[in-house]
Amino acid sequence: MFYREAGQFKSTYQADMAVFPIRQDRIGLAIILAIAFVVIPYFGDDFFITSVMIPFLVFSLAAIGLNILTGYTGLISLGTAAFMGVGAYACYKLTTMFPNVNIIVLILASGLFSAAIGVLFGLPSLRIKGFYLAVATLAAQFFLQWAFVRVPWLFNYNASGAIEVPQRLLFGIPVTGASAAPETRYFVCLVLVVGLTWFASNLVHGKIGRSWMAVRDMDIAAELMGIKLLNAKLLAFAVSSFYAGVAGAMMIFLWYGGGEAADVFGIRLSFNILFMVIIGGLGSLIGSFFGAAFLSILPTAMKFGLPALGVPMAGATAEHVTFMLIGGLIILFLIVEPHGLARLWQIGKQKLRTWPFPY
Amino acid sequence: MKTQHLMKGAALGALLAAAGFAAPAAAQDSIYVSNNAYRTGPFAGSGIPIGDGMRDYMTMINERDGGVNGVKIVYEECETGYDTKKSIECYEQAKAKNTVVYSPWSTGATLAAIPRAHIDKIPILSMAYGLSASADGTNFPWVFIPPFTYWDGASLMVKHMAAELGGMDKLKGKKLGLIHLDAPFGKEPIPVLENLAKKYGFEVKLYPVAAADMQNQGSLWLSIRRDRPDYLYNQGWGAMNPTAVKEAIKNNFPINKLVGVWWAGGDDDARAGGPEAKGYKSLNLNAAGTNFPVIQDIQKFVVEKGKSLAPKEKVGENLYNRGVYNSMLLVEGIRNAQRITGKKVITGEDMRRGLESLNITEARLKEIGMEGFATPTTISCTDHSGHSKAYVAEWDGTKWTKKGDWLEPMKEEVRPLIEAAAKDYTEKAGNWPKRTESCEKSS
Repeated sequence: MFYREAGQFKSTYQADMAVFPIRQDRIGLAIILAIAFVVIPYFGDDFFITSVMIPFLVFSLAAIGLNILTGYTGLISLGTAAFMGVGAYACYKLTTMFPNVNIIVLILASGLFSAAIGVLFGLPSLRIKGFYLAVATLAAQFFLQWAFVRVPWLFNYNASGAIEVPQRLLFGIPVTGASAAPETRYFVCLVLVVGLTWFASNLVHGKIGRSWMAVRDMDIAAELMGIKLLNAKLLAFAVSSFYAGVAGAMMIFLWYGGGEAADVFGIRLSFNILFMVIIGGLGSLIGSFFGAAFLSILPTAMKFGLPALGVPMAGATAEHVTFMLIGGLIILFLIVEPHGLARLWQIGKQKLRTWPFPY
Repeated sequence: MKTQHLMKGAALGALLAAAGFAAPAAAQDSIYVSNNAYRTGPFAGSGIPIGDGMRDYMTMINERDGGVNGVKIVYEECETGYDTKKSIECYEQAKAKNTVVYSPWSTGATLAAIPRAHIDKIPILSMAYGLSASADGTNFPWVFIPPFTYWDGASLMVKHMAAELGGMDKLKGKKLGLIHLDAPFGKEPIPVLENLAKKYGFEVKLYPVAAADMQNQGSLWLSIRRDRPDYLYNQGWGAMNPTAVKEAIKNNFPINKLVGVWWAGGDDDARAGGPEAKGYKSLNLNAAGTNFPVIQDIQKFVVEKGKSLAPKEKVGENLYNRGVYNSMLLVEGIRNAQRITGKKVITGEDMRRGLESLNITEARLKEIGMEGFATPTTISCTDHSGHSKAYVAEWDGTKWTKKGDWLEPMKEEVRPLIEAAAKDYTEKAGNWPKRTESCEKSS
């Protein structure tokens, strides 16, 4: 009734090809952005912002990165966490070398380092695919994680081997370091995520995105159509690693604020992001957000939300229950809806269009 | 289908809302203490006995004395699974609930919490773990690391080695291996060992164990067999320790030359080696066993009333007693803060003052039933560690025994390094808050 496109006529090609062709969708997006930019920083308390929203944004960006590679181009990667680590360490090196450069610029620049490394490890993708490629990217995961621990230059010969995030200002306001307000850090994350999502949306809806999807659906056919496989695949690796790198830099600089960095970018994180992409929906940007929300917010909500609602549950029990619940839900989703939450969302919207009189 | 979806949505929404506002203010007549714990994950084997000891001492204080000076302690565990991400969540939760002190229980969590704590003004008590440099109270007014640091531990190891060899001059040409967790926790002792190696002419060999390979140290022990170090110092935690003990036995490494840091001294760590583990050593800061009034009180007021999570036979084990010692420091800190401020219900800032002027004397230890359990510890404005004494414990096949006297770390070697590292840390952090807190006299 409310969600119906009757009366919305399109008189230009541009309007017909818009990403959000229905007016209600555009209004909905505006409302979501308004909530994200105004309501959450204004009403959310520190715990909600630092432990729920910032992780959600960081994982969303990483999931978008992996989705570009796995969902849109069909190349499986198990090295996402390592590429995130490259971003984090690159950002640390850059900010200690150039302390006066704007930290946002450095966070974005560290994505470029990650992209370069991603291309390097993406080279085998021309010859191998599927499980074989997954194992090749696994090599990236192990090698890079090893390098984070064993190359002292990367952490400036720090005795503990940890990255300690220094304070950096933006227009006189601390953005990183302990004195940065949670709202500031959240805001920077949000701007980066929204900007990069917009960029990714343009990529996947354009020529490049179509060539990726052609490669995914059948690479020989794509080649016959004149798509250069090497270029398309390496570009996918580069863009995907760029997103992962930026997410990693955000993770350490805007969320963790230092600590045991090498351990953070382990294989478990790679798998977690892969699950986010699968549960959220392969080949869908909004699915990346759904998946990240599902896998990063649910454990927190279980552990802190249930006791706050008056359900007495010890932390360890909550932890065990979360493990079982997430495992079970992954299986359930794969059986019930292999295309993930994004597909459910789509079905929901389709049903709403005909509501209350379904065909 | 609609209603089902709605219900699901509503339930999830409620959960999220609750996660956001999960911070009911602590009651006015109690003191809230948040403690990180890990009863899950790869380090649970060490985390559970410690958590039990900490919890039981706090329960005992509430049960026996009705709290500290009549104020109940609301003690809450926050499960981290030894994961830094979850530790940060726990820190935020502790902050939202106005905890008077934060116990990170992992070096990674301590590193992440230190910069925040100086802004949020929450005292951190990292008992014999965490950042060694934070023993410098001038630069780290909010971090406390009694009774000593990993750097003290490394110097104690060298001292122990020298004592067995028959003097500092006998160290020349010897080989000391450091088998360590490849993480900030494991790397902490390296600078001190290298420094001392230069000074006394022995060699340090590093054997890093990645967290993922804790139970798979085979290749590492091949190198140990090749290098034949004279002594091995085990800076391990969790599943890494029993594996190291088993590997040492399997590889015929003399077990009495394997010395663990105090965290490698769990009963289960040594027990894993079976009868051949007899002679395994570990540095220790507290006594093991139930032969102390404080442990007997815990048995009487907590364990026998069924209020403990620990199995009866585990009470009094080494790591359990370590947890008791940690809780004792917290309670004494609270008591001291109450005395200084004259308040019943203290805040985090009061707690900081209480910890900074903490002076646990021999007489006080006797009063709280801990005579011989640990040595006196004094924390001062500049020295947030105390650099107290430790001893070398030996596994006799069934329990940990005290071997030899309480040893003092080489404070004169460690202290300059700590001050230099603290300066380096604060300079790198950029705009590190200058200490504005006034000094409290030790009493």
